[in-house]
Amino acid sequence: MHQTLAVARRELAGYFYSPVAYVVGALFLLASGLWFFYRIFIPGNEASLRPLFEAMAYIMVFATPLLTMRLVSDEIRSGTIETLMTSPVTDAAVVTGKFLGVMAFYLVLLAGTVVFLAIMAVYGQPDLGVAATGYLGMVLLGAAYLSVGLFASTLTPHQLVAAIVGTAILAIFAIMMQVLVANAGEPWNYLAAKLNAMTYFRDFSRGMFDTRGVVFFLTATGLFLFLSVKTLESRRWR
Amino acid sequence: MIEVENLTKWYGPVCAVDNISFRVEKGMIVGFLGPNGAGKSTTMKILTCYMPATSGRASVAGYDVLSDSMNVRRNIGYMPESVPLYPEMRVRELLMFRAALRDIPRRQRRSAVDRVAERCWLSRPEDMMRRRVGELSRGYRQRVGLAEVLLHNPPVLVLDEPTIGLDPAQIRAMRELIRDLGAEHTVILSSHILAQVEQTCNHLIIIASGRIAAAGAPAELRQRVVGPSRIIAELRGAEEATLVETIRALPGVRDVQPSTSDGWTRLAVGGDQQVDLRTEVSALAAARGWQLRELRREVGSLEDFFVQITYEQNVRWMERMTKSA
Repeated sequence: MHQTLAVARRELAGYFYSPVAYVVGALFLLASGLWFFYRIFIPGNEASLRPLFEAMAYIMVFATPLLTMRLVSDEIRSGTIETLMTSPVTDAAVVTGKFLGVMAFYLVLLAGTVVFLAIMAVYGQPDLGVAATGYLGMVLLGAAYLSVGLFASTLTPHQLVAAIVGTAILAIFAIMMQVLVANAGEPWNYLAAKLNAMTYFRDFSRGMFDTRGVVFFLTATGLFLFLSVKTLESRRWR
Repeated sequence: MIEVENLTKWYGPVCAVDNISFRVEKGMIVGFLGPNGAGKSTTMKILTCYMPATSGRASVAGYDVLSDSMNVRRNIGYMPESVPLYPEMRVRELLMFRAALRDIPRRQRRSAVDRVAERCWLSRPEDMMRRRVGELSRGYRQRVGLAEVLLHNPPVLVLDEPTIGLDPAQIRAMRELIRDLGAEHTVILSSHILAQVEQTCNHLIIIASGRIAAAGAPAELRQRVVGPSRIIAELRGAEEATLVETIRALPGVRDVQPSTSDGWTRLAVGGDQQVDLRTEVSALAAARGWQLRELRREVGSLEDFFVQITYEQNVRWMERMTKSA
């Protein structure tokens, strides 16, 4: 437990040293800020962050793999993986620690968008319950996306490859499935609907707490963390 | 402290470690000596639980590396060859992180870090512990790497090429430090430079092409690992062919290589290992009335032996390359 937290703390601190994290953070906040001011913050509009949450969910397809790409790839490239894996720490603790570290940074980024809610509250009465479920949805979606990115990072010593693979996997679940839902014939469109991350997320952004979504995102998180542990373990056997 | 039995490691079709066995007792400083690619690092990686062996077993401090990996890792301090560190962290921060990974209780971490900093000369200059690892020179990085390894005061230290990339003064300092550490720890270090391990270690394991070529205390190895003896004699007074013929007839002579210049014939006489042919040759020269201007014995040294096995490994390697190409 100590060790997991030590890894998490190091990763979180690492983001504050890393220019990539600042750039990703700035771009994310800029994009969501622009969206907020040009699409939502308009007189006569509904005082709701719902459209913003959807936009953020799409931005995350590209932003989260940039945050996770260095997690394991960089350790493999620089060789620090060797000292890490010969320390008395289980591979699961390493993966969990890294996941918690990037999750913490993600929450910091997300906290930055609370400003929009505050501005909205000055001029109108946004439904705080809806906003809360929206944020819960963002946290669940983030956990799943970050675990996918972390998994991609365990596959290769190259950060860029990790980012591309991560984005590709996320794009399948967040974008391609939507396309399939609309275009594929039976029964594929039904299957695609079950695997479409955005279906589940939309419920949250509309203020609906749906356990199916909770189960979907948590299962995905668990699955990809498990796969990360396995790929990390498999490095020993190669 | 360390037991290795019939350890073998294949990387795909390449055999890196070929059925090696050895024991390391408590308090020994063992030098793993071998040319590059001999299998030193691979053996160390297996001992430190970074990767499993293909077959055979190894145990450290009584724990098996495969079935009791966590206990092995607790009892070992391992410094990999390239001394990988996180460049963005500050020295103290890095050591504190490592201490936490090593599961040192929170309250003892600071004192553990101060202890190893003192030990590895990181406490001076004043701001050393606040510097970023990425800005350090090679020598200081090496010290940080060694400090990391000592944090949890492990009974066994495994150091892969601890002196590589250091300048002569740093090499000497590192050597002295390792020798000091030998008082409390069992140390295995690797090197491909004979002179370095010879001065530090009290036990040498010479390894080439994944096999142990020789092992023992340096002095003992020097005695044992002598190549065939060889005497050099410069003579005058007979035809080259006659000289060669006569010398070759002596008991214990294996081969004679003559070369003649200015009327003197220089003979390089190879003999069996324990034979000293000097008395026979001088007696022969006196009896036949030859003039003798030089007579000396050359004993194959440990260096010769090491160069020889290195050379043989390279030849084998080249053969394999040409075969696969």
